[in-house]
Amino acid sequence: MLKIEGLTAEIDGKPILKGIDLEIPTGEIHAIMGPNGSGKSTLSYVLSGREGYEITGGSATYNGLDLLAMEPEERAGSGVFLAFQYPVELPGVGNANFLRTAVNAVRKHKGEPEIDAMQFLKLARTKIKALQMSDDMLKRNVNVGFSGGEKKRNEVLQMALLEPTLAILDETDSGLDIDALKIVADGVNAMRGANFSSLVITHYQRLLDYIVPDRVHVLMGGRIVKSGGPELALALEAEGYAKVAA
Amino acid sequence: MAAVAETLETVQAANDGGYKWGFETDIAMEFAPKGLSEDIVRFISAKKNEPDWLLEWRLKAYAHWLKMEEPEWAAVSYPKIDYQDAYYYAAPSNKVVPKSLDEVDPELLRTYEKLGIPVQEQQRLQGIAVDMVFDSVSVATTFKDRLAKEGIIFCSISEAVQEHPELVRQYLGSVVPQGDNYFACLNSAVFTDGSFVYIPKGVRCPMELSTYFRINAKSTGQFERTLIIAEAGSYVSYLEGCTAPMRDENQMHAAVVELVAMDDASIKYSTVQNWYPGDSEGKGGIYNFVTKRGACRGARSKISWTQVETGSAITWKYPSCMLLGDDSVGEFYSVAVTNNHQQADTGTKMWHVGRNTRSTIVSKGISAGQAQNTYRGLVKISPKAVGARNFTQCDSLLIGDKCGAHTVPYIENRCATAKVEHEATTSRIAEDQLFYCRSRGLTQEEAVGLIVNGFCREVLKELPMEFAVEAQKLLAISLEGSVG
Ligand SMILES: Nc1ncnc2c1ncn2[C@@H]1O[C@H](COP(=O)(O)OP(=O)(O)OP(=O)(O)O)[C@@H](O)[C@H]1O
Ligand SMILES: [Mg+2]
Repeated sequence: MLKIEGLTAEIDGKPILKGIDLEIPTGEIHAIMGPNGSGKSTLSYVLSGREGYEITGGSATYNGLDLLAMEPEERAGSGVFLAFQYPVELPGVGNANFLRTAVNAVRKHKGEPEIDAMQFLKLARTKIKALQMSDDMLKRNVNVGFSGGEKKRNEVLQMALLEPTLAILDETDSGLDIDALKIVADGVNAMRGANFSSLVITHYQRLLDYIVPDRVHVLMGGRIVKSGGPELALALEAEGYAKVAA
Repeated sequence: MAAVAETLETVQAANDGGYKWGFETDIAMEFAPKGLSEDIVRFISAKKNEPDWLLEWRLKAYAHWLKMEEPEWAAVSYPKIDYQDAYYYAAPSNKVVPKSLDEVDPELLRTYEKLGIPVQEQQRLQGIAVDMVFDSVSVATTFKDRLAKEGIIFCSISEAVQEHPELVRQYLGSVVPQGDNYFACLNSAVFTDGSFVYIPKGVRCPMELSTYFRINAKSTGQFERTLIIAEAGSYVSYLEGCTAPMRDENQMHAAVVELVAMDDASIKYSTVQNWYPGDSEGKGGIYNFVTKRGACRGARSKISWTQVETGSAITWKYPSCMLLGDDSVGEFYSVAVTNNHQQADTGTKMWHVGRNTRSTIVSKGISAGQAQNTYRGLVKISPKAVGARNFTQCDSLLIGDKCGAHTVPYIENRCATAKVEHEATTSRIAEDQLFYCRSRGLTQEEAVGLIVNGFCREVLKELPMEFAVEAQKLLAISLEGSVG
């Protein structure tokens, strides 16, 4: 269970999150929608521990752990995963090597034994096949020269490999073609279960046809101004933020 | 790469100060009297039972050195060296020269084992023959007999002086003349040991040859001399590794390495230099003043230098190629890491003389802490080098805001048909890259290790497998604590 209470955060003295209250019970998928610049990515970064954000108040706990007091890698080790809105390029770093290092880092946090290169390849190939991606993905350098859609798929592949229990997907659907969108949604739905929660940030109701959320929240000006069921997304699409939030 | 995590764990377990090779071997040693003089030169020569011509050669170098000035053009600064305040000869004092590994003092072998060097010939899987140089002398060379079957000579240079004087006499100083520079001249006077390699015509050396240099004794300079000759159509891959104990004094290492490649011969020379860099305050560490040069004398010959320089308080080193033969090829792949107060001024010289000669320079400089890292390179193309080509790429990576990276490329092109290309970049490890890695479970240091290894990939892939793994570990260790 993710529990956020009264969370406020600033960047360079400028308040961005102005009191977020949000609860995602274990097993549920929640969607956040909101206009550009409303603080969606900021929330995802604050939850995953990026530097440069000053937490000025409130709390965020995950299964009782004080998330905000943990290093980013500890959060990852505790099952938190962020699929980046803008995945980062790592020149010279092979994707297979990166993914295996990440898998083993997370396994280590969990007290599980590391897997060797052969075991990893087998695992990665299975996941890649399930996501209908190409093995080429493993041979290239992390996100270097990847198309926008390929980068997003690489994020989903990482999620599939790291098997998080809380996945924050920041506009993972942006830039994906229709087929890829379905594949990504299948990837998320495959993880759905009693021990998996997710926070899906999106601008498009269409994604929510494939990943049906338990709750939809509207984030505007650093606050959650409205929450509801999946039908809220449809209303937003039809009438726009201003009207729905009014 | 073997998981970075694994590496850091091993290392953290092995050391506290960050330098796990810093132990000292307790063994009875024999020293020359402290200081430098003509008598010391004679002492060294006598210790090694050298022929007169070599003593004369040393004395000539010494006389010349006295007239020379220490160079000051490099971007490094250090207090004036007192050349009288060091020992120029230190050797384990066992009376008999060991004839086989069984006779080598077990304490010495343990030292090399502790350093991770395959000293037992049973470790065949390693496929590496090793010459172990401890302070001023070579203590053992493995696989000598196996190599001799192919006509390959791999032994210490002292032994070569005794067994193959004609070869040594012909080539010693033929690539790096005595008066070439201050440190090379000093080395010519007082060099003590090093490796000698001779690959006969048409022979492809069946295993990697390597020399492991270890400075152990206090206040001792190591003046090694290495000579590698590859006859027509031969091939050899040679590796060099170095470490020293942690001490708060500065110790000097002034080596000369000469390579000769005849027609169609190819020499691949790899170095992983990890001399003690001094502590985080800049106290102690090795002064590494090295002259390395290869002569591509034959047509289509090739000399390739790959170096990973993580150690030393000061590195002053420019492995170079004289491309004399037509169509000969010179390569220089370098990673130089400086952290804390380390200073490195390193690069290469590619001297194109033959027609259609080609050279490639890839230099990756990484600075952290308050370190300074300079790439200094010269591409010189003589009027006869029709169709010569050079490609140079210099990339610098900065970690933190107190360090510096400098690129000083000189180009002297006297040939209209030659083509010289130069590219340079300077970058920092970006915050988003670190965060991306950490959000995937990597610690800050693992993330730095991964990103730095990625930055150095083009160079690391030139190293033989065993060394590449070692080098990756070294990079991670050298930069420990450099971020955050
Ligand atoms: N590093 C930064 N420095 C200054 N301002 C920033 C920084 N990062 C974000 N902001 C500001 O914070 C606000 C929220 O940004 P955020 O990226 O969280 O929005 P978002 O809801 O994810 O928008 P989008 O839908 O466009 O992705 C914006 O006004 C943005 O300009
Ligand atoms: Mg955003």
